[in-house]
Amino acid sequence: MKSLLDPCCERCTHTAQTPCKDYVRCLTEGPICHDDEQCKAERQRLLAEIKTEKTSAKKAVLFCTGTGCASSGAHSLIDLMESELKKHGLENTFTTRPTGCHGFCEQGPIVIVEPDQTFYTHVTPEDIPEIVEKDLIQGERVERLLYVDPTSGEHATTYNNTPFYAKQNRIILHNCGHINPERIEEYFAQDGYKGFARAIQEMQPLEVIEEVKKSGLRGRGGAGFPTGLKWSFAQQAEGDKKYVICNADEGDPGAFMDRSVLEGDPHSVIEGMLIGAYAIGADEGYIYCRAEYPLAIKRLEIAIKQAQEVGLLGENILNSGFSFNLHVKAGAGAFVCGEETALMASIEGNRGMPKVRPPFPAQKGLWAKPTNNNNVETWSNVPHILRHGADWYAQYGTEKSKGTKIFALTGKLNNTGLVEVPMGMSLREIIFDIGGGVQNGKKFKAVQIGGPSGGCIPEEMLDLPVDFDTLVQAGAMVGSGGLVIMDEDTCMVDVARFFLNFTQKESCGKCTPCREGTKRMLEILTRITKGEGKEEDLVTLENLAHVVKNTSLCGLGQTAPNPVLATLKYFRHEYEAHIYDKQCPAHACSALLSYSIDADKCKKCGLCARNCPVSCISGDKNTPYQINTEACIKCGTCLDKCKFGAVVRA
Amino acid sequence: MSAVHEELIDPKQVKLDELLDHYKTQKGALIPVLQQAQDIYGYLPADVLKQISKALRLPLAKVYGVVTFYAQFRLTPMGRNVVRVCLGTACHVRGGAKVLETIQKELKIEDGGTTEDGRYTLEIVACIGACGLAPVFSVNNVVHGKMSPDKVAGVLAKYE
Repeated sequence: MKSLLDPCCERCTHTAQTPCKDYVRCLTEGPICHDDEQCKAERQRLLAEIKTEKTSAKKAVLFCTGTGCASSGAHSLIDLMESELKKHGLENTFTTRPTGCHGFCEQGPIVIVEPDQTFYTHVTPEDIPEIVEKDLIQGERVERLLYVDPTSGEHATTYNNTPFYAKQNRIILHNCGHINPERIEEYFAQDGYKGFARAIQEMQPLEVIEEVKKSGLRGRGGAGFPTGLKWSFAQQAEGDKKYVICNADEGDPGAFMDRSVLEGDPHSVIEGMLIGAYAIGADEGYIYCRAEYPLAIKRLEIAIKQAQEVGLLGENILNSGFSFNLHVKAGAGAFVCGEETALMASIEGNRGMPKVRPPFPAQKGLWAKPTNNNNVETWSNVPHILRHGADWYAQYGTEKSKGTKIFALTGKLNNTGLVEVPMGMSLREIIFDIGGGVQNGKKFKAVQIGGPSGGCIPEEMLDLPVDFDTLVQAGAMVGSGGLVIMDEDTCMVDVARFFLNFTQKESCGKCTPCREGTKRMLEILTRITKGEGKEEDLVTLENLAHVVKNTSLCGLGQTAPNPVLATLKYFRHEYEAHIYDKQCPAHACSALLSYSIDADKCKKCGLCARNCPVSCISGDKNTPYQINTEACIKCGTCLDKCKFGAVVRA
Repeated sequence: MSAVHEELIDPKQVKLDELLDHYKTQKGALIPVLQQAQDIYGYLPADVLKQISKALRLPLAKVYGVVTFYAQFRLTPMGRNVVRVCLGTACHVRGGAKVLETIQKELKIEDGGTTEDGRYTLEIVACIGACGLAPVFSVNNVVHGKMSPDKVAGVLAKYE
């Protein structure tokens, strides 16, 4: 037995063609069909090695290979580590393991040494020999590579010691960053597919739906519709053929939790879909993934192939009579395809335009068959519910919003990254305790939540608990879970313009109010940010916003005005300053800005001119530097670079 | 030389024929076919669209409608290096627009444009999911994170 997937001896007969009902449980608790101490010991040894437990003879060096760390050079680190290990004759004591995303991309590339969980950040190729000699051989930590808490200035030795991770409750993200997502045995070792095995062996489809209903799970894609109830509609629908779909078209700018789950733990999504398909009575499924996520698509394809090879996808799965086939479809770049009827049109090979409901997808969905669609995070919650039970799941969260939620913390704060917390935690805790507060000591202004469909929440409302219902009352929504932090330098009119620019471009054009209304709203907002706003603009803007909201067919149009309405509600004074005073209080709108150099303060060092990307600053040792305002793009580089405060922004 | 003979020796045409043959009976094949045809040619020439329309038995108008609906498809050739500037929310609040302006000044092209020497194509995208490294842009799918206007020229110069 070389791999956990190999049969322990010739008594094991499981293959995809001759499936054994106990296969999944056998991998971690087996052998089940016979008693043999040697078979059992061998399994436990392989399990300990895969999980890098303290008892295992082998230790592991983990490298994050998610999109963020990969772009910071993680792959070359693995090659280098392998050759260093060989050089020291350590290749049998240590293994390297590429993992998915840890969610702390800003600190990348991230390297973890297990089982001690030593957490190294910003690792460069030059650091690898030192990690090998000092940590792996001498057992001492390389202090200078440890994470430093920006607020306390202290080193964090392990992963769980950093404030960023300590306050989180990582259930969905548990495997991300720990297992190799391209090896199904590592998912099995973490009790993978046991939720599905329980469902298919011990429960009737209706019991599975009851369990999901009881757990209180609500859809993580944005609207928060109860998942079990949604499943029951498709289950009750008449039809010889049914489909399940995973919406992996994560289009909200500023959200990347689904990407991380797909890249870091693709089998959890497949297991969730298997459970859903069994409950609903579907035998075929699609994962519709953004083409902008090539790594996620690659890892899904690998995971599907491996699941087919061990007989967890295909015909007569685990000898139960249940069959299920799964396909990956790459999207082609259209935000509206996140809307489920548009997504189905896209899978069918059409323009991704939403359809009128009813008929609902549960009755007439993909290829006019009953279809159930959930997003990535929702599907990956399901295995945990079936594995540990609905009551266990429901202990997390609030009365009406159960479980945990993954948020993408981005923007102007210290710790950007992915965080998973129980529903109901306050925004203040998420932003300041986990996120480490605002960067560079600036003042917090607002947090934008829910992407282009959401709203901005000002500081005085930061103690709101984050759950589906409270945020809607505040004029925002959980949405997909993007949290973008804005400081005093962010202009809220510009933020509203930014989102309108996005939704206006992405409007599919089917409904006139959305197609034309978002365009007119964008024109007004652009005019205001240029200092050309008119007195009546705010009234027109509000009227248009309500028309677009109330008369559009799908979620895109219905929510597109939200960023405008929310900023008008909480930051109306900023709009007024642009219109009446022709000023941008945040000094962000470049049309209302000008840069100049104070000749008295200028030390003639030339640092500004050397860094100016458009070479619009002139001067020399004898003449103070000057900005050619015609050519200036108002990027602010000179202001950041000048050490003497000579650059003036007005 | 006859047109038929020329087609036989064109390796791109051989690949396209294989592609069309593989997908011609599958339902919902149009988008994967367009994606793979674009991989072969770098863009979607009019003649290729006609061949796809014929092989999949779909009206050319429908094929064209789908091509123009999705941002991924291109009807004109791309430059040797594709620069995608992210203007997602995280990049936006961390100065992505200024990075874009600098790139536009440097390359003298607008969104969707290609430089005269065919060296660069510029595209603005909404989010490439690397928000932790904002602001970012990618060249040929390699992500360059934590950008600022003064770093732009150095990164672009690396791509011939």
